Amino acid sequence: MDSHTKDREPRHAAIVRVTHWVSAIGTLALIFSGVAILLAHPRLYWGETGAVGTPALIHLPIPFLLGHSGWGRYLHFLAAWVCVASGTLYLVAGVLTRHFYRNLVPSSADLAWANVGRVMFDHLRLKLSRHAETASYNVLQRLAYLTVVFLLGPLVLLSGLAFSPALASVMPALVTMFGGQQSARTIHFFAGAAIVLFLIVHVVMVGLTGFRVRMRAMITGHPGGTEETSWAGSFPGEG
Amino acid sequence: MGRIISRRRLIVSGITAAAGATGLAGAIRLADRYGLIPPDHGGLYGIGETMTYSSQRLLMGRQSLAREFTRSDISAVVPVNGRPPERDAYQRLLADGFRDWRLSVDGLVARPSAFSLADLKGYPSHTQITHQACEEGWSFIAEWTGARLSYVLDLVGVSPGARYVVFFPFDDWWDSVDMADALHPQTYLAYAMNGRDLPTPHGAPVRLRVARQLGYKNIKYLSRVTVTDTLEPFGRGLGGASPESGYSWWAGI
Repeated sequence: MDSHTKDREPRHAAIVRVTHWVSAIGTLALIFSGVAILLAHPRLYWGETGAVGTPALIHLPIPFLLGHSGWGRYLHFLAAWVCVASGTLYLVAGVLTRHFYRNLVPSSADLAWANVGRVMFDHLRLKLSRHAETASYNVLQRLAYLTVVFLLGPLVLLSGLAFSPALASVMPALVTMFGGQQSARTIHFFAGAAIVLFLIVHVVMVGLTGFRVRMRAMITGHPGGTEETSWAGSFPGEG
Repeated sequence: MGRIISRRRLIVSGITAAAGATGLAGAIRLADRYGLIPPDHGGLYGIGETMTYSSQRLLMGRQSLAREFTRSDISAVVPVNGRPPERDAYQRLLADGFRDWRLSVDGLVARPSAFSLADLKGYPSHTQITHQACEEGWSFIAEWTGARLSYVLDLVGVSPGARYVVFFPFDDWWDSVDMADALHPQTYLAYAMNGRDLPTPHGAPVRLRVARQLGYKNIKYLSRVTVTDTLEPFGRGLGGASPESGYSWWAGI
């Protein structure tokens, strides 16, 4: 690492990198254990109650595979606490360091239809690094990250808490807000599925725009090399 | 100069770490004294379990009430997990309409006693229409009628050191709850469901009803209740057959 690289502001702040990877591990464990829990009863209902023999909102086309998902629940809660801890740290740091304001909240120029249209069009053509997103996030990234951090994350957490009988006794409004305990379970599933969808797109985009460079940036803080061109030239040559 | 600073930093961080470790040990002792550490706190999963149990216990306090519903909310379909005990002792009582059934209550109590079904039905009866969820994900609403466990525990005189109540049915399953749930007004020795005697598959003659936990804590076919200050002597010391077979002891979820 030469002095030029060293002096440059890191692409991602240390707190963002640490919470990113801790949350990544936690989220993967949540998805894995969440699927295991779902396999014990792959039917989704609406309202307060639902069971085999009552109408299901959705009967997922997978069999009742695991009668026993105790370990799934143990892992789900451990991973949830990991995500809550790193998520809280990220949120507090994001406010204090103005990370959200500086890096994620789109400017009005970002949100101009012409710009949004152009970025979307470029994405559809897989022409991804022509614009300034090499140095900062483009409008689609900003909106996607904000959606995950401020909408899907809280939604998946609150809907999960809503089907705890213990917490329902403390905060009944949490359950009624979602329309009942089974509705909360269904919403939890769809919020989780939306996060899985985001993760797939996120990883594919990292792959398409230079897997090594972007991984290096999220691990060490610096994309590597001494020139900014290592970013600009990352697509399609690398990854 | 740099050396002094780094040494000072080393000492300061050493002291901080020691204080942190002492603080953590103190916090664990304090948490244990206030009943915030579950019996299945060991291992990696135990960390998550302890976090969940202690934070929910702190949030809940002792008296938060499970939501109650109306008769029109009662579920028409109530699936059943598990089968009635096959043991002769149970089958004989079942054949006889549970006339000779007794619930023994012992352990850390002043007056160990045995209660007949008629005894329990003679005590102030309470009814709740509450939601019960299976750990698998399905759920139903039913009306439960029974005597409060707290009433029966008052009759036998629970010792001040009591921390858990352990429930043994006529089969090999068993489980326990902490005193907060044992003394909770919605914790019943339930003998009726939806206005009728408890049907056999639902745990006749008497099952535990714990409204703030998952279905599997609501032990069926009760035979014996023991009050204790420690769960260590029971089974593998994890507080129930549920954690011994991989389900968390705390099922407030």
